[in-house]
Order: sequence, then C-alpha cells, then structure tokens
Amino acid sequence: MAANPKVEAVGRDLRSGEEYRLIGTAFRRVDGRAKVTGRTQFADDLDFPRMAYVKLVRSTVPHARIRNIDLSAALAMDGVLGTLVGAELPDKFGILPVSEDEHALAVDTVRFVGDPVAAVAAVSEDIAHEAALAVKVEYELLPSISSFDEALRTPEPQMHDYADDGNIHKKVSLKFGDVEEGFEEADMILEDTCYFEGNTHLAMEQHSAVGVPEDAGRVTVYSSTQTPHYVHRALTKVLGLPASRIRVVACSNGGGFGGKSDPFNHEMVVAKLALKLGRPCKVTLTREEVFYCHRGRHPVLMHLKTGFKEDGSITSQHLRTALDGGAFGSYGVASTYYTGALQTTTYRIPNYWFEGARAFTNKPPCGPKRGHGTPQPRFAFEVHLDKAAHHLGIDPAELRLRNLQPPDSVTANWLRIGLIELRECIEAVVRGSGWKERYGKLPEGRGLGLACGAYLCGAGLPIYWNHMPQSGVQIKLDRSGCVAVFCGETEIGQGSDSVLAAIVAEVLGIELEDIRLCVGDTDLTPVDLGSYSSRVTMMVGHAAMQAAERARDIIARAVAAQLRVSETELVFADRRVFPAGDPDDGLDFSAAVVAAEARYGTLGTTGSYIPPRAPGRYRGAGVGPSPTYSYSAAVVEVEVDPQTGVYDCRHVWMAHDIGQAINPVLALGQIEGSIYMGLGEAMMEEQVFRRLPKKLSAALVHKMPSLLEYKSPGFHDMPGITSYMIESRDERAPMGAKEVGQGPLLPIMPAVVNAIFDAVGVRVDQVPATPELILKGLEAKARGRPARVGPTRFPRVDYGTPVEVPTPEQGGDGRARHDPKHRGLRSASGTMKDRDEALKERRSATLTTA
Amino acid sequence: MLRLPPLEFRAPTSLDEALASLEGGGANGAGRVRLVAGGTDLWPNMKRRHQQAGTVVSLMSIDELRRIEQTARGLTIGSTVTLTGVLRNPAVRDRYPGFARAVAAISSPPLRNMGTLGGNLCVDTRCTYYNQTEEWRRSIDYCMKEQGTICWVATNSPRCWAHSASDAAPMLCALGARLKLVSSAGEREIPLADLYRDDGIDYLGMRPGEILTEVTVPNDADSEHCRSAFWKLRRRGSIDFSVLSVAVALWMDKHNAVSRAAVYLGAVGSSPVAVDTAEELLVGKTIDEDLIAAVARQARKDATPMSNTDFVPAWRGKMAEHYTHAALCEAAGLPVRRQAPKHGLTVV
Ligand SMILES: Cc1cc2nc3c(=O)[nH]c(=O)nc-3n(C[C@H](O)[C@H](O)[C@H](O)COP(=O)(O)OP(=O)(O)OC[C@H]3O[C@@H](n4cnc5c(N)ncnc54)[C@H](O)[C@@H]3O)c2cc1C
Ligand code: SF4
Repeated sequence: MAANPKVEAVGRDLRSGEEYRLIGTAFRRVDGRAKVTGRTQFADDLDFPRMAYVKLVRSTVPHARIRNIDLSAALAMDGVLGTLVGAELPDKFGILPVSEDEHALAVDTVRFVGDPVAAVAAVSEDIAHEAALAVKVEYELLPSISSFDEALRTPEPQMHDYADDGNIHKKVSLKFGDVEEGFEEADMILEDTCYFEGNTHLAMEQHSAVGVPEDAGRVTVYSSTQTPHYVHRALTKVLGLPASRIRVVACSNGGGFGGKSDPFNHEMVVAKLALKLGRPCKVTLTREEVFYCHRGRHPVLMHLKTGFKEDGSITSQHLRTALDGGAFGSYGVASTYYTGALQTTTYRIPNYWFEGARAFTNKPPCGPKRGHGTPQPRFAFEVHLDKAAHHLGIDPAELRLRNLQPPDSVTANWLRIGLIELRECIEAVVRGSGWKERYGKLPEGRGLGLACGAYLCGAGLPIYWNHMPQSGVQIKLDRSGCVAVFCGETEIGQGSDSVLAAIVAEVLGIELEDIRLCVGDTDLTPVDLGSYSSRVTMMVGHAAMQAAERARDIIARAVAAQLRVSETELVFADRRVFPAGDPDDGLDFSAAVVAAEARYGTLGTTGSYIPPRAPGRYRGAGVGPSPTYSYSAAVVEVEVDPQTGVYDCRHVWMAHDIGQAINPVLALGQIEGSIYMGLGEAMMEEQVFRRLPKKLSAALVHKMPSLLEYKSPGFHDMPGITSYMIESRDERAPMGAKEVGQGPLLPIMPAVVNAIFDAVGVRVDQVPATPELILKGLEAKARGRPARVGPTRFPRVDYGTPVEVPTPEQGGDGRARHDPKHRGLRSASGTMKDRDEALKERRSATLTTA
Repeated sequence: MLRLPPLEFRAPTSLDEALASLEGGGANGAGRVRLVAGGTDLWPNMKRRHQQAGTVVSLMSIDELRRIEQTARGLTIGSTVTLTGVLRNPAVRDRYPGFARAVAAISSPPLRNMGTLGGNLCVDTRCTYYNQTEEWRRSIDYCMKEQGTICWVATNSPRCWAHSASDAAPMLCALGARLKLVSSAGEREIPLADLYRDDGIDYLGMRPGEILTEVTVPNDADSEHCRSAFWKLRRRGSIDFSVLSVAVALWMDKHNAVSRAAVYLGAVGSSPVAVDTAEELLVGKTIDEDLIAAVARQARKDATPMSNTDFVPAWRGKMAEHYTHAALCEAAGLPVRRQAPKHGLTVV
C-alpha cells in the first residue's frame, strides 16, 4: 500500500442548517486529555490494598470430560492464596436468554482449547502464572468438530442439548413474498457461492477485571466491558446474589469492537474469588487468552441467488448462510438472523428468502464484531452485484442507483427505512474517485471497485425482552452551576462520553467543562444497555436530550418568573439564560440554577428512550429493526502485481450518510478506523485453526494466537483516504445524528475484491483475498480456465419449513401466514400492547419535579 | 501478561567475567546458562517457556563489544551494537547498502533499538508450532524441537525444519562476512556461513562457552567492489519476520563480466540457503535476463519453504524464483519489472 499515506481531503457537505453551537464542531473530546497524558484508569491500572492476582487455567484439549483437577502442586506454592473450580459456580450464564450455556469455569466438559477450567489467585502475577502451569487436569477425550460441515456430519455427541438439530445450534428460514415467481419474472438469474473467513476484534487493550469485596456481603466488579448492565445480570445469576448487592463499573475500554460485549468467565471468577478470599482480585488476560474469549466475526459460507430484469432491477433473492459458531451460543442466534436481516435495506428486493444456520464447533465462540453478522452477506451481495453489472452491461454504480430502496419505506422483510442518502454517498465517491473516467480504463494491474452498505442505528429490541427504557440519563443541577450527568453508557474509545456531554451542553447553553459525567456504573447510573449495535448516539442521545430539555424547562420557568418574561422567549447560550430580545437582561447559568433551586427545591431530571416499534410481527422480526439506518459507499483503488498476486490498496474514497456529525473529527476517526479494520478483513485477517493428523493427535488449536502472527495491517499498510460525510439530519435521531461506528466498514471488503477484478480480471469470491489466491486465479486465467477463486460448493442443509410472511406490497400485516399464536407474545414485563401503551405514556409524561 | 520464570540475572562488565559465568553452563546447548544481548528474541521465548534458563548473562554492559571500527580487513562491528546503531553508521550506509537494507528490514524501529547484530545472527529458528506459549504447546503435546518427539510440520521427518529467521545472516553470508568467537579456551575466526547448520534444533555451530564478539564485513565487499541487493517478503510493511529473503552479491571484472557471485536465501531452510549454482552459472559471463532466469529457477529448487510460517509454502516457493530474479536484476543494474512489494525499503 502507499508508503506515506495522507488524508487528501475531507469533504463535508453541510446541507442542513447550522443552528447548533457546539454540535457539529470539532470540540475536544472530554476524555482526550486524560487519555493522552496517561491519567485514564483502565481496568488493569486499578490497584487495591491486599489485591490478589488471578490466572485462569485453560483447557489444552478441544473437547473432553474432565476426569480430575489436581490443584495440590499449585496450592503448595508459596504465595498462592486460593483456587476456584467450576463446581463452586454451577449456574450457567450467557448473553442471550435463549442460550445461557456458559459456566464460569467448566463444570464437567471442556469444549475448546482455551475453555477455562480452574483459577488460581496469588500474591503476585508471577506466582499466579507458575501456579496455573502447575495445575494438572486429566481429560477423557470426546470427538471434536472443526467446521460447519463436520458439525452437520456429527450430530452426536451434542455439544449443547438445546441445539435445534444435532450440533446445528440454530436454523432459520424466512420467506417474504413470492420468491419463485420473482425468479420467473427475471431476465437473468445469478448464483454465487462466497466465503468470509472468521476474524477477531484485536482491541489493543486486553480484557481485565477486578473484583472487590465490600461491606455487607456486597461485591464490586470493575471491568473492561462494553455492557456493564448485562455483566451485572450475569453476575447476579452466577453468584446467586441479589442484583442490589452487586455493582459493576465499566472502566474506559481500550477498544472493544464487540469483543467486550459478552459477560465473561474471568469477570465471574474475580467476583467469586473476591468474596471467597475476602481480598480484591484482579485478572488481566494475555493476548492469547483474548483470542480465546473471541466472540469475533463468524466464518460464513454463503450462497446467493438473485433474479434481475434486463434494466438491472432485482426481482427476487434467495440467500443461504452457514455460520461456524464455535463452542458457545454467545450472540449466535442474533448473528444468524443478522446474516440475512439487513440485506434488504439498501436496494429494493421485492421477494426475499433467507435461510441461515449456525453450527457448534470446538473452537472459541464467535459473536458480534463491528457490523455483527452483516459484513458477510453484504460482501456476497456487493460482489454479486458487480458481476451482475458486468453481465448486464450496466455500470456498477448505475446498477446500484437504479435499485435504491426509497426513503420512508418498509422493506419486504418489514424493516422501516428512514432517511436514506445512499444516492448522495454513491455520487460522492463516484465523483471523488473519477470513477466515470477511470473505471475499467486503468492500465493492467490497476483497478477500481465500488460497494455500498447500510447499518443499524441501534438495535430496536433489547437483548432480554422487556419494556423498560433502553437508555436512561439523570441530570443533577445545583447552585454551583455544575451539571452532573449520570448514564450507564460505556466509553470504548468511540467518543460516547463526548457525545453525551455535548448534547447536554448544547441544550443548556453551557460549556463541556461545566459538565461532570458519571457513567457505566450500575450502582450510580441509570441503565443503558451498552456500547453495541451503534445504539449509543441514538439512544443515549435521545435520553440525554430529554433529560436536558426537562432541566432547561424547569430553569426557564424559574428565570421567566424572576425576569417577568415569557418562558418561550428565553435563550440558553454562552452560559447564560436571557430573553432573545434583550440579551443583557439575563442571568448567568449558575444564577439561573439558583433561581430554580430556590423556587422548586433540589433539582434533578431524567430522560429515557425506547425505540419505536417495528412493523414486523413474525418470529425473527426482532432482529433487524432500528429507529433508522446509516448508509455508506466506497470506492477502493488497488494495484496488483500480476506475477505474484501481491497487491496494494492505493486509495479509498468513503462517503457516509451520517445525518449530523455530533463532532466531525470523532466521526472521521470512526470512518478511518472502519476502513482500516475493513482492509484488514479484506486483505489478511483470519482467525483460523489447526488440526493435527488425527491418527497422531486429537489437537485442534488456534493457529496463531499472537499479535505478531495474526496478521492485521499496520500504519505502513494504510492507503490514502478521502472521506465524505453526507449530513442530512434524520428526525428519528437526536439532533439528526445517525451512527458512524460500524457502517463504513461494510463496503470495504467487497470494494477491494471488486477492484482486484477491475485490475487483473480475477474474481476472488472470498476474504481475505490473499496474494496466493489472486495468483491462483491468474494462473487459471492463463490456462484458459475461469479466472475465479473461492468456494465451489455449499453444503446440503435442512433449514426447516420456511416461515412465510407476505410483504407490505402484497398487503401483508407483518405477520407470518398461519401464525395465530403470535398475538400472545409476552415477556415478564407484559405484552407488546402493554409495551406500546407504556411507550405512549412515557412520551406524554409530565414533569414531576415542579 | 506473560511472565518470565524465576531466574538469576547477571550483567558482567568485562568479557572475561562473562566467559567465566558461562563455564559449565553451555550457553547454547541445553544448559541452563544463557546469554542475552537485546533480549528481543530470548525474553519472549523464555516467557513462552520454549527456551529455558536458570541464569541469564547479559552482554550489554561490556563496552568492548559495542564498537564499530574500520580495520585493514574491513568494517568490524561489535556483537552488541544495536541494529539501529548499525544503520546509523555512515560507513555501513555508504559502503554496504545491501547490508543496510537487510538490517532496516528487520522488524520495527523499537525492536531495532533493542536488538543487536550478534543477537540477530544467533536468533533462534522459528516455527508456528514452536513459537507458542507453554499451554498452547501442551495442546499439541509439544514437538521435536522442544520436549516432544514428532515434527508436526513433517510428521515422518527425523529432523526439525524450523526456519532460519535472521535477515542480516543471508546478506552477510553473501558478502563473505567473518565472525570472531571467544571462549575461555581461546578464540577463533570463521566465515559466517560456517556458523550455521541445516537443522532446526541444532542450528548454530557454536561451541559451549563461546561468545560471538565481532563481525567483520570485508573491504572487498563494499560498494566500490561489489553490488548487493536484498529483497524481503513479508505480509506487512513492518514488524514481520521474513517468509523469504533473497540476498545477492555480485563482483564484476573490468569487462563487466561476473568474477564472483553469491546468492543466499533466508527463511526457506533452517540456515541461510546458498544458491550454489549461482556462482557456476554466472562467473565469467556478462549478466543478462536469461542467466538471471536460470539462477532464479535454481533458487526455487534450493528453497525448502515449509508450512511453519505465514503464507502457504507453494506460493513462497514461486516467490523464491520471482524475488531472486528481482534481486539479481537490481544488483546487476537491470530494470526490475515488477511492482516493488513490501520488502522493507525504508532505510532510516
Ligand atoms: C516481533 C518481532 C519481530 C521480529 N522481526 C525480525 C525480523 O524481521 N528480522 C529478523 O532478523 N529478526 C526479527 N526479530 C528477531 C530479533 O528481534 C532480532 O533478530 C534481533 O536482532 C535479535 O537480537 P537481540 O540482541 O535482541 O537478541 P537476544 O534475544 O538477546 O539473543 C538472541 C539469541 O542469541 C544469543 N546471543 C545473543 N548475543 C550473542 C552473542 N554475542 N554471542 C552468542 N550468543 C548470543 C542469545 O543467547 C539468544 O539465544 C523479531 C523479533 C520480534 C520479537
Ligand atoms: S519444524 Fe517440526 S520439530 Fe521443528 S519446531 Fe516446527 S514442528 Fe517442531
């Protein structure tokens, strides 16, 4: 790639008005100074008196019954304080209520190399390490499964008894509209088999957690987690303590990317050991252990069949996916649905059939990584479209423009689409890259590729079904003029603290320095579900706006009374509250708070958010809905050496439909970070495993659990980037701001392989697209064979009887055919109807403070 | 994080003291006393427990090992001169550009600031079944190189195929560098190429108790007399070990015919691999495309890429031919036709 990458230009298209003061400016992030000066306390920086160091003993076999755990040698070592085994924590946990299949420490079975079996605590990390090596575990081996195909062939023994079918964890078949008829109408039917290799998050910070015993049998867990609320729930279950006796504090995360969104074994272990030993207990994972926690991108094999009319319009699509899930459920059920759910959000697909299945295998569990389940089918679709464009003789950009999903529409699978600026995105990168003049016309070895994507702005439903807010914010104001904001959100580097503070500051007309944040603490802050599914700006933003507006209203009432003006005349700006017509007549913000406190007593407001209900009513409709969606388009330029297959990405043009950038510099960081991560997945990253010859060994190990050998690009490898933020405020989002954390990743992988095709005429239908694959394609081409590399077969999977759902166009009501029982859907906190009512009430709730 | 086992650490200030510490320990045998210079290889290996030691003797406080001197025979570099120190030396940069490029291609700036030339020449052979933690290696029941019995790369093989990892080694072999090895019993000087053995376990022909003190790059290998080139294949533009390297040195006579030639391959054997026929094919001839192609074909045959590092072996084999071709073209002053890949062109 370009040796000295430079960001060439940043196009910002400010089409919407600029009435905000702080929002939309490049303000300094509120945690920036602490981070660059080393003052931020990450979990591993925490230190408590009498703290013990914990090390997990992990399985060295892929699948086995535990015969015996011999802790004697470890316990005999000087400095060892105690141990823990699975029998001491028999209750299972797991992020999804439908797949609570994990033990804090294996109880009788281990399911992959790296599965935790025991824990030791010692006075130093060195001793803990030696003691862990001294623990002897005897295993009775069970047959192991290394791939989706093997799982299909090996229904017994079952890795988990709750699986849908043998070792197939989950099967889904959803059919929207008349798929067969759609194919009959088509002038051309295209079929493709594509593969997306698994890869991992590679956050710089390794997971770390500290358990601290507190008075009265309470315990606090500090952790590098993206989801303190879900960790809290899991701890409640595993420790068998009431939730009120457990406190979870999310420390700043040194990156998460989805890898810290599950509750983890090590968090359960330090909590239990802290209670057992009566000492603070800390665990910090090694890089290798992080590879075992994983929850990264599922390896997915896909088969895509699409019908096109001569003019390029899509008549029907049938997508089949096969996910290699690893040893546990994790988010797998959601991941499986996500390999099909967002397929309909970019281009109009009138009839759509999605079939997905996830297998259990004896490898670290896969889960959500940036884009969660969506990058794989998006890759297949965008490559598929590139081929369709070639067959139909339509420019690939034009083909996409012709098929755009209209705004304010409902897709065939019942997703409600909000504002969609994909056209502007495509046009921006087409213009920027000189696509029209250069595509298909560059010299041999150079090429351009285009692709698009769409992503959620927050998952519509929470992980466990309930009707409570998905995000809450409390604001405390007092005579100091300081505004304290409490929220359960977690800063994972994406800038969520800054977004929260900026929204409150904007509404109250104060500065960021006037705000104190207290976040990610289950004792002190209202629940926010966590930093995942690009939900924070949307949901925390809405809650923060509501809480801040309520605070503003109270202050306005008091100030209006004092100044004898009308509330509606008052302006909050420059740390003052004043009548619009007579700015000199106002009060300083702190004086305004004093006025309100004197009049109404101690001041506090709350805000909360529940996403609107999505129109889908069929089983599975819960995955995919979002208040609105973000869109991206990218063009990638590559240079390929036809003799070796070695290639470089020379430049990336990326346009993102962001609604409104709360802070354009932070947003740019997310765009560039997504491009970086996408290039890693496109070019080299793979979480792959090694089986030794079966007659000599039962081993099934991670091939390279290290930062050196798991290849991910460095800055040398970054190309130049030109980013465009398409700003067009979406009324569904707070201040119009859509997500930017995940969407821009999606187009990169397909754009790279599409560019390789333009450069050397080789189709690489899988990622990572390595030089050896490209060379193989070139060699095939030279021998007159099809210049295509990638998977050639798709396994025969019985996905079960499809759930048939009439589309909106067919006059459907969002329900599946023959599904009368759906009306009865009920959770612990009520039916869907109750939820709608709750939502209505909350919207109209009046202030209680006054 | 990964932790070191308990050990005794010594930092002698003189060579004699260091030699005395080695006595009875067998520094490079299976003994428990080991030398360390920059530690960029030894410490990670000890943390992962595939190299063990009860005592580690550091050479970094011995001043006499840290000099670079021009002598009548050539440029003599002390074994604990850091790689950055080598690169900053004007004589190295001006007179031995191929060597400078090989050193600049080693790992990354922080590693080069710590790593030494001596450590680089003695660096342990590598294999993805071996450079793993204790726990990981337990999962495969270890391998022949350490504690186990089977070589997982070639299960019927009686030997270990771990690959040579040094980038300086093939280049300095091609340039005809010589080493000084000192022990309590005396000292000896050998050609660098004689240091290596084609065995992944017993890869160094050093005797117990010996310390490598200096490396001499001969004057007749400098840019006035010799044209050199170094190409490195790796996944990324920095940090990565070679999965293949090609070092070329060509000496021309007045008539522009080759008078001496050396081509060495790195990372495709347990030692630097000499492409012996290069000398046969080239000497006495004026270099041209056909000759280069013939040597490149030979290089592909001599390379033994195994499945123990990044990239698939078959492709690395093909690359041995392409890279040898490119390196020879570069050294001979012929145009290099292919896109410059990531072979570490950045010279600091
Ligand atoms: C991430 C990473 C990437 C790397 N990439 C590269 C690369 O691209 N190319 C490359 O060539 N290397 C690479 N290395 C290996 C290593 O950093 C270098 O080879 C470095 O030069 C080793 O020098 P050192 O002084 O740190 O060796 P040490 O670790 O101190 O020693 C290495 C070995 O040599 C022995 N030894 C050291 N000095 C002497 C002496 N004077 N006499 C006798 N024995 C001695 C030691 O006992 C030890 O066994 C990499 C290492 C890492 C960790
Ligand atoms: S080549 Fe074989 S014996 Fe040598 S380290 Fe690798 S697996 Fe072990």
